Amino acid sequence: MKSERKLTRRQALKLFGAGAASAALAACAAPAAQPGGQPAQQPQQPEQPAQQPKRRLEIFSWWTNGGEADGLNAMYEVFLQKNPGVEIINATVAGGAGTNAKAVLQTRLAGGQPPDSWQVHAGRETLSYVNAGQVEPLTEFFTEKGFDKVMPQFLLDQLKINGEIWTVPVNIHRSNVLWYNPKVLEEAGIEPKFPTLDSLFAALEKLKAQGKVIPIAVGGKDKFEASHTFESILLAVFGVEDYIKLWDGTDTMWNDPRAAEALGQLKRLFSYANSDRAAQGWADAMTMVLEGKAAMTIMGDWAHGLGISKGAKVNQDYGWMPAPGSDAFMWLSDSFCLAKGAPNPNEARAWLEVCGSREGQDAFNPKKGSIPARTDPDLSKYDDYLKAAIADFASKPLVPSAAHGASTTNAYQAKFHNTLEVFSSDLDEKSALESLKEAVADNNR
Amino acid sequence: MAIARPALAAPVVRRRVLHRDRLIAVFMLLPSIIAIAVFVYGFIAYTAYVSMSNYTTARIDLSFVGLDHYVRLFGERRFQENIRNLVVFTLMFLAVCLVFGLVLALMVDARVKGESLFRSIYLFPMAISFIVTGVAWRWLFTPGDLEPTGINLLLERIGLGFLKARWITDTSVWPNLEVPGLKVRLMVPLAIVPVVIAAVWQMSGFAMAMFLAGLRSIPEEIKEAARVDGCSEWQLLRYIVLPMLRPVTLSAIVVLTHVSLKTFDLIMTMTGGGPGNKTELPSLYMYELRFSQFNTAQAAAVAMILLILVSLLTVPYLLYNRRAQSVEQ
Repeated sequence: MKSERKLTRRQALKLFGAGAASAALAACAAPAAQPGGQPAQQPQQPEQPAQQPKRRLEIFSWWTNGGEADGLNAMYEVFLQKNPGVEIINATVAGGAGTNAKAVLQTRLAGGQPPDSWQVHAGRETLSYVNAGQVEPLTEFFTEKGFDKVMPQFLLDQLKINGEIWTVPVNIHRSNVLWYNPKVLEEAGIEPKFPTLDSLFAALEKLKAQGKVIPIAVGGKDKFEASHTFESILLAVFGVEDYIKLWDGTDTMWNDPRAAEALGQLKRLFSYANSDRAAQGWADAMTMVLEGKAAMTIMGDWAHGLGISKGAKVNQDYGWMPAPGSDAFMWLSDSFCLAKGAPNPNEARAWLEVCGSREGQDAFNPKKGSIPARTDPDLSKYDDYLKAAIADFASKPLVPSAAHGASTTNAYQAKFHNTLEVFSSDLDEKSALESLKEAVADNNR
Repeated sequence: MAIARPALAAPVVRRRVLHRDRLIAVFMLLPSIIAIAVFVYGFIAYTAYVSMSNYTTARIDLSFVGLDHYVRLFGERRFQENIRNLVVFTLMFLAVCLVFGLVLALMVDARVKGESLFRSIYLFPMAISFIVTGVAWRWLFTPGDLEPTGINLLLERIGLGFLKARWITDTSVWPNLEVPGLKVRLMVPLAIVPVVIAAVWQMSGFAMAMFLAGLRSIPEEIKEAARVDGCSEWQLLRYIVLPMLRPVTLSAIVVLTHVSLKTFDLIMTMTGGGPGNKTELPSLYMYELRFSQFNTAQAAAVAMILLILVSLLTVPYLLYNRRAQSVEQ
């Protein structure tokens, strides 16, 4: 009796074990098939001559919807015109403003299966890939293709890591823009001109006293809104030259009394902001401005794209100006790199050539809502805001954005975002400054 | 006796069959044993090793550094907050879930009309993914600023405006105890309360199902006997039903606690860990460490700490279960 019962239990255990194992195997099989991202198309290539292997190119990005995906496809079309017969594998991972894509990319790189080229913020964010030996230098490629003559010297200098250029920028976004609702400001009797932080605070004070709208909308849900607002204030407080030194991987500038002053100004700004910012994203903040519930917000010029998608007109339904305190152009840029050990290096180089070309950038940027990283775009393709941004990009001093990786590594950015998110909630200047100083070393890895 | 005789008559044949049986069984089990050994225990061992290595950047560097990452983690304010949040979240979630589950089960067990309908209604949230729950409850618990939104709007409309709160944007910790040696203020971060509500909404149906099964397994005769002996309904619950529900309660506690220890998706979508890490759990921090900061070793250390916490809970339970079963036999 006893042994019989034991046997059945054992069998039950076995069954359970087998079930768990098959589940585990299935779970393992799924990602193993995924990384290639290669659709099972190998069998159906009737038109290809047998002796010539199919040419491929795998591009990895997190541009999966809206203008971003349209822009990417437009660039693929340009590529295919110049390189007919190449099969493009569009490996995209949606979500999380690239966080999810970076997670998948990390897994692939750790497994030694890089895509030919992947999306990365131009500038210091590339450092971790450079240090890990995962990307090829492109300085010679730049001179060979003449990109060094058509991109601003400021940008080229700020792109360099260890004396080399590593990525080809396809676009430029401006980070330090203040968006406002002209009607709200007019009703409040405020002229939309805030050249200094003090003039901004005077306006905010007036709006707060009237109590009709939220003076300045700030997000927090997407984790970068507080740090994004902070970098504009840092630029205003430090000025162009010292602002750039903040990101050199040392704590010299963070020990400067101006660092504490900047945090104080941010705290002051938060006192005019919506109190539920932890639950609102940047898009919610911009929507509040468009709907007249808030007077203004500081956000990158992707907010302009949101405005367009909501059917609003720039300079009518919403206005813009450089974030108060500096009229420098704070840039961030999406770019593509060349993987070390790329499976298709020739196609990858051809792709990067398209990325840097006038034709490629003019195909991509009007759709994405950004401006080319070149100084010679076809102006007829861009709307009023973008035309103004193109003019500013060519004429104003350029400074790199920290919240978006132009001057910061991935590791530093994560801590920078978190520190300011915490500051946005507890407003503790002392501990925020301490964390920022502690994080400095992370900007070197 | 009649059964035993044929078995005695042909012992040799039986053993050979059994032998072949066993061989086949072992053969059939082998793939799963290998798969589990490699993909579960192998990788746990690898994670343990990585957590003590210097793999802190995108470059793979497996040189040994000892327990540095653990020491650093426990000294960090952020990780201390994570642990505080985890303890608070788990205790609140567990307590409320069990009480709710028991009450619901007792109500459904009262043989009301349409019992299956109620059962389905309470169980239904379990069929929804935590992602959906998180997004929906975030909308509800976004308080609004000049004008109220979500639950606050609801409360105002039904005349309960005094109940309006900051919900998931509340940054205070109550009662904000300062403990020497800790960088974190202790007790309940108020922003975690809405998250507990969402989690309870989703999981109390599960607790109900378990309690219901437990209630149905209590023989009617015992209750009858107690009633005959003059036991009131409250005494019946207190001295008969609850003690007999103990094994089920224990199982429910173990399952719910390990769900709460591993919670990621709900918090990720509902608060993202904010405001200011007040609702962040170690699982979220681990994700950021690995995939945003590229600090694999530190992330592995968090993973190991979570594993230890979960096994502190489940291993005694499994041992207890085994002992209980062998006593039964």
